[in-house]
Amino acid sequence: MALSADESVRLGELLTSRAEPVTQRWTETIARQLRGRLSQAELVRQVQELHRAMVDALSKGAVDLNAEEATELRAVLAEFSRGQARQGFSATETATGVFALKEALLSTLKADQSVETLRDYVAFSAFVDQMGLFTFETFVRTRESLIADQAEQLLELSTPVVKLWEGVVAVPLVGTLDSARAQVVMERLLQTLVDTGSPYAIIDITGVPAVDTQVAQHILKTVVAARLMGADCIISGIRPQIAQTIVALGIEFGDIATKASLADALRHVLRLTGVETSRRQSRREA
Amino acid sequence: MTSGVDLGRPQTQSVGSDEDVVRVRQLVRTAAVAVRLSLVDQTKVVTAASELARNTLVYGGGGTVEVTAIDNGRRPGIRIVFADSGPGIADLDLALTDGYTTGGGLGLGLSGARRLVDEFDIQTAPGQGTRITITKWSR
Repeated sequence: MALSADESVRLGELLTSRAEPVTQRWTETIARQLRGRLSQAELVRQVQELHRAMVDALSKGAVDLNAEEATELRAVLAEFSRGQARQGFSATETATGVFALKEALLSTLKADQSVETLRDYVAFSAFVDQMGLFTFETFVRTRESLIADQAEQLLELSTPVVKLWEGVVAVPLVGTLDSARAQVVMERLLQTLVDTGSPYAIIDITGVPAVDTQVAQHILKTVVAARLMGADCIISGIRPQIAQTIVALGIEFGDIATKASLADALRHVLRLTGVETSRRQSRREA
Repeated sequence: MTSGVDLGRPQTQSVGSDEDVVRVRQLVRTAAVAVRLSLVDQTKVVTAASELARNTLVYGGGGTVEVTAIDNGRRPGIRIVFADSGPGIADLDLALTDGYTTGGGLGLGLSGARRLVDEFDIQTAPGQGTRITITKWSR
């Protein structure tokens, strides 16, 4: 709902003439809500900035938050909202920060009870609602982008390729192996095989809660790709319940070596590379 | 058809993305733990749910999954219904054949899921969507 040109001017005048009490009351209302989670100085600065942007937009004749004249006001609101989202305030707290202006306006209007004043208040209030909703939307968008960033970071974090031994790298998989992660895992593993010149790779699935056909297919594809590059893959971390499920599903791993634990897999590789013979010797000596 | 009395209200999860398949798995795992399925049975029913939820998504174009804790008087169990209003399955016998796939998977999802649960009921017809009910009893 847009303000009429007159209402816009009157709201601008009201905000200018009663700047002091309005901002003060506004700040108090927000402060009560946030209970000291934001420093007073910071809060005062934010409110004053919002106030200034509003006065500015209204003086230019903005009748609607989407109007050209209100571009800067929108920017200030968006900045306010993003700040709140980053600092962990809730959506309600953020939007109420803007809605608090209504209470501040009401308190300055109280003395005058004419019908015009009421009408003005309703119009102002609609404008503030628009601002509140805009803040809310920006807040949600900010949160969504934060979540998307975190998901990406998690993807990076959760797929390390570690060197276990000379010529042996391992990928400990933890959590859900969806297509996106499977892709990252495969790329990382193949790159590490090239970088380290390792002939053996162990894919450990101890941390994968359920191995369904999709997960199995991703693993099989990774193994085949590694083989094409001349590396041998061993799958480890097959727990009893996973083994039974794989059998019931009918998935076949063919001639791919599988082991119950990462230790077994490493021992298997070391035996293949002849490292274990030295260990047997040392045992005999002892 | 499945037997047993419902215990409590079914929990529903809509399936419209890969993330929803993960949510279905979590929902089923929580329910399976609640009715005290063994670790092997938990894993089996979660895996079966994962396969069927993905089928609902990939072949059914999305749908809903309903998880209910049930009891047949002797032992508790879990019942899961996967429903979509997709194209349905024209040749059910073929679809239940190991290794048959129209989507580039391993072709073991539907047939494998049937082997992972105690009761498996499928209602489908071309253009009528697909409704699969599976039950797993606690031992």
